[in-house]
Amino acid sequence: MTGNDSIIKIEHLSKAFGDKVVLDDINLSIRRGEFITLLGPSGCGKTTLLRMIAGFLKPDSGVILMEGSDISNVPPHRRPLNTVFQRYALFPHLNVYDNIAFGLKLNKVQSSEIETRIRKALKMVSMTDYEDRDVNSLSGGQQQRVAIARAIVNRPKVLLLDEPLAALDLKMRKDMQMELKQMHQELGITFIYVTHDQEEALTLSDTVVVMSDGKIQQIGTPIDIYNEPVNSFVADFIGESNILNGTMIKDREVEFIGHTFECVDEGFGHNTPVDVVVRPEDIYIIANTENAKFTGVVKSCIFKGVHYEMFVETDNGYELMLQDYNAFEVGSTVGMFIKPSDIHVMQKERTCNIFEGKMISSTDVEILGGQFQCADCGLQEGDNIYATVNFECVELMDNKEDGTVIGEVEFILYKGNHYHLTVLTDSGEKVYVDTNDIWDKGDIVGISVNISDLHISKRV
Amino acid sequence: MKKFFAQTYLWILLALLYAPIIIIGIFSFTEAKVLGNWTGFSTKLYTSLFSGRVGGGLLSAIENTFTIAIIAAAVSTVLGSIAAIGIHNMRGKKRQIITLFNNIPMLNPDIITGISLFLLFITMGISQGYMTVVLAHIAFCTPYVVLSVMPRLQQMNPNIYEAALDLGATPFQALRKVIIPEIRPGMISGFILAFTLSIDDFAVTIFTKGNEGLETLSTFIYADARKGGLTPELRPLSTIIFVTVLILLIIINVRARRAERKQNI
Repeated sequence: MTGNDSIIKIEHLSKAFGDKVVLDDINLSIRRGEFITLLGPSGCGKTTLLRMIAGFLKPDSGVILMEGSDISNVPPHRRPLNTVFQRYALFPHLNVYDNIAFGLKLNKVQSSEIETRIRKALKMVSMTDYEDRDVNSLSGGQQQRVAIARAIVNRPKVLLLDEPLAALDLKMRKDMQMELKQMHQELGITFIYVTHDQEEALTLSDTVVVMSDGKIQQIGTPIDIYNEPVNSFVADFIGESNILNGTMIKDREVEFIGHTFECVDEGFGHNTPVDVVVRPEDIYIIANTENAKFTGVVKSCIFKGVHYEMFVETDNGYELMLQDYNAFEVGSTVGMFIKPSDIHVMQKERTCNIFEGKMISSTDVEILGGQFQCADCGLQEGDNIYATVNFECVELMDNKEDGTVIGEVEFILYKGNHYHLTVLTDSGEKVYVDTNDIWDKGDIVGISVNISDLHISKRV
Repeated sequence: MKKFFAQTYLWILLALLYAPIIIIGIFSFTEAKVLGNWTGFSTKLYTSLFSGRVGGGLLSAIENTFTIAIIAAAVSTVLGSIAAIGIHNMRGKKRQIITLFNNIPMLNPDIITGISLFLLFITMGISQGYMTVVLAHIAFCTPYVVLSVMPRLQQMNPNIYEAALDLGATPFQALRKVIIPEIRPGMISGFILAFTLSIDDFAVTIFTKGNEGLETLSTFIYADARKGGLTPELRPLSTIIFVTVLILLIIINVRARRAERKQNI
């Protein structure tokens, strides 16, 4: 099972804090010497996963195998790995030398060897001659270098890094990224890196693990993740993108924004609803509208340093984001086309809301922790049912008391001509909503469904 | 003008506060038996205090006071620090409740603490003496140590304990090599506080000292005063204790100031 290639193998790992599931059946294999990044928004479970590998948290179920043996119950001080913490966590009462020597002294390394190893580690993080400095007098960047030296001096098999650059300014962060990458090559040990910064993840990693809601969304090389996102979450989280509803007419032919495009994807079947991703730099924009695939009017044009970022409203009323080296005047009509290989088609994760619930009377149903009216369809009190609601039929209200149940807007995806929202209800279920109204993440909303839009079917 | 009144007010207030102790201090340098008679400068009371001519009672009371204070302060520093670490690692309601339980004994009048400990020792059939006084002092000093260690724990980077474990320290090594050095200033302040509280205590001691003749300074002075007039040597003694406490307080404050300054850098 565990070939020589894999150093850490995580199988069916789950963890909940109280009622909240933070990690849900995680499976991951990490190769020896790999630079792997756990990437995701805050609260996605990436730090919990890292802390579990380090041994600060115990999994509720599942195992963590290191070189074939289960380490899930091994205390952190006996695991052959070291951590670089987000807020450095240097020992304030020790100077730089003693901070780095801490692990070596505990492991009874000879003092002459300690000295040479510390010098080497300090050289590696470009902090030679800082041995006697008080750690409190160092800058953030210097403290982080000492923290890295303190970890690598123990020659761990795996180095864990928990958002190590998050507290540094942009310039320093860029420099440190390059140094970390170089360090990884020199040391040849496995790096497990946690970050919420997608650019950092793409720059540094051999493998990126995109996480959300305690689940792994996608594992792949940075290029795979960017070019072939598996779902709209990954497409939206990694880089800029236009995510649109489309229909796969047949193999190599997809329809979206009211036009039919040639593409390279196959095997979706005929007339299947799909999500289409087009990166803003992959839409070609020309002043000439005659040879264009479709046309549009430039709504805004912002200079972004290397390129211009433009929003264009297409002939069929969709808004697209574009990037180009040339600026086009706001208000001008432009032509656009997309190459078949730049159109990325994804299976839709869902096409409508399906809730589990039960009948409380022949015309009332309990779903999402609230009572909704429904048409009489011959079911009786106590019957278990599935309730189906289309995305566009869910109504959201500003005044939360007006809704049947209350929810919080958790995730917003712009789909060219409408927003696709994920709303988390008080009962912990997710309601997906298509709307033209603008909501903000974190808004508390009332949710209601019209009696005619709620379709009930019996659940066996 | 406004400033002048403010200053005058402050000095009058301070003078009133410190008048009694200053008078004792002044009259400790004269030989008169009765307080208030100045019979010329002399350090005789000081020499007689230390030459043992005042009889065994006072000297053994001084000795008891200081040994009890040292034991009580040391034990409550250990107990209080452990308790503080425990409370610090609690979350939510549990933590609030325990903190409240820790604060109640400090607000509770000493006399109540004294009587309840007295009744406790009686019910448990423990004969009262040196041991019970030490136990009682530990009991009322510990919450103060908890209170002075807590802020240090709160200032501490929560990751450093984990960092120590991560580098191969056992939980006990992490406590010894990382947590204790971090909270040491709080422990020292707690020790000094417990020490002065113990020396100062009368109400709890009088109820727990039993009737085997154990006296501490406060109970000795009380008994002495009731027997008919204060022994004159108490004047230099009070002065010495006052100066000692004053120095300890200054040390606590200077330490706190220095720690604060270090924090700001």
